[in-house]
Amino acid sequence: MASRSYQIDAIIIKRHKFAEADRLLTLFTADYGKVRAIAKGALRPGSKLGGNVELLTYSRLMLARGRNLDIVTQAQAIDTFLPLRESLELMSCGFYLSELVDTFTEDGVEDRELFELLLNTLQELASSENGERIVRYFELRILDREGYRPQLQRCANCNHELLPEANYFSPAQGGVLCRSCGDLDMAARAISVNALKVLRFWLNNDFASASRVRINPDLARELKILMRDNIKYILEKQLKSIDWMDRLASGDLLR
Amino acid sequence: MNPDFLSAARPISRLIQEFNKLPGIGPKSAQRLAYHLLQSPPEKARDLAEAIIAIKENLKLCSTCLNITDSDPCSICADDSRDRTRICVVEEPIDIMPLERTRKYYGLYHVLHGVISPGDGIKPEDLHIRELLDRLSEGSVVEVILATNPNAEGEATSLYIQRLISPLGIRITRLARGLPFGGDLEYADDVTLSRALEGRQEM
Repeated sequence: MASRSYQIDAIIIKRHKFAEADRLLTLFTADYGKVRAIAKGALRPGSKLGGNVELLTYSRLMLARGRNLDIVTQAQAIDTFLPLRESLELMSCGFYLSELVDTFTEDGVEDRELFELLLNTLQELASSENGERIVRYFELRILDREGYRPQLQRCANCNHELLPEANYFSPAQGGVLCRSCGDLDMAARAISVNALKVLRFWLNNDFASASRVRINPDLARELKILMRDNIKYILEKQLKSIDWMDRLASGDLLR
Repeated sequence: MNPDFLSAARPISRLIQEFNKLPGIGPKSAQRLAYHLLQSPPEKARDLAEAIIAIKENLKLCSTCLNITDSDPCSICADDSRDRTRICVVEEPIDIMPLERTRKYYGLYHVLHGVISPGDGIKPEDLHIRELLDRLSEGSVVEVILATNPNAEGEATSLYIQRLISPLGIRITRLARGLPFGGDLEYADDVTLSRALEGRQEM
């Protein structure tokens, strides 16, 4: 790391206007985790950085070490996930993924697996019609990566084997509770046998296998609420892009 | 703090500091501007001061297009020679200027004052979208040109507006995305280039 410039492959997960025509980028990289960098002049038309440092673009960047923030000197997009940009729903999923990653990660903590996961997820999104299941799978995996893998095999409270019946899920206890423990935990929510099966399967399989699971609308709704509750409990806040996704899904366009 | 500031007389250092707060003006430029004004005739300084105050005291939003104006309706909305059947939707008032410079567009505008940005919690209600719907419901508009910026939030906003107004049966267009004049194929990003290909024209 002694040399003055270095090359990284990064997904741009956030960007802000900075000075007149510059952008402050938040990059998620395979080698250095989350990094911030300045893209000078990126807002000017004809800037060679321009579209190569756009939100949710996977790019190869050359960075020069700066006093505080490193400066992007060259950028070449590797994948721009073009279909994402043509669909309001898919782009909204993209906004949500970037907010998830930005919120869950700390600056400079390397996590190659999470990087691969984000990259694969964006590629999946770009080649799909509906992002719902892809987003659910991502939520479960990012929890796993960040140390919040839910306990799905045994009761998170009494450690007894779970019976194949409707059990409870408790974000506070970090997993599934058996019937007798769940009855005592007011904050726990019922989890169906099928939802538990899907989560177990997803946790141990890649997306290609995970996408073959049949999920009816009721089950999809249950999984959504389950994951949302869990993430909200862990982050102690609701992510901003969730409200927008829900509104789009319900057709509630303008209030 | 820059020691140069301290050695100057108080009114000068105050002016330098004020200039320094403006975008793109560093400490050196701020000093140069301040000393330039010091040496220029008093009426020049007064003109500048009045111009600055005027933008704060006399300006408001046009009740039709929400552009910044000193008269309501604004000069564009009040101009009878303009094409009233077309509305060009832009993010910010400043976006109107470059479009006007092209002298290719004679319709009206509508300024959203922002873009939808779910990650920042900016929702459609925070923009002037309802005012646009009100204008369209009057029935004289035949085309809406979406001219939001070609980036993630700008395009999401355009897609959203398209979904919102498509039931009205009005023609919806958006600005072509392609290569900038004076640009270079080698440095073009993939999105721009693939859209430039899609939008290629007979010649």
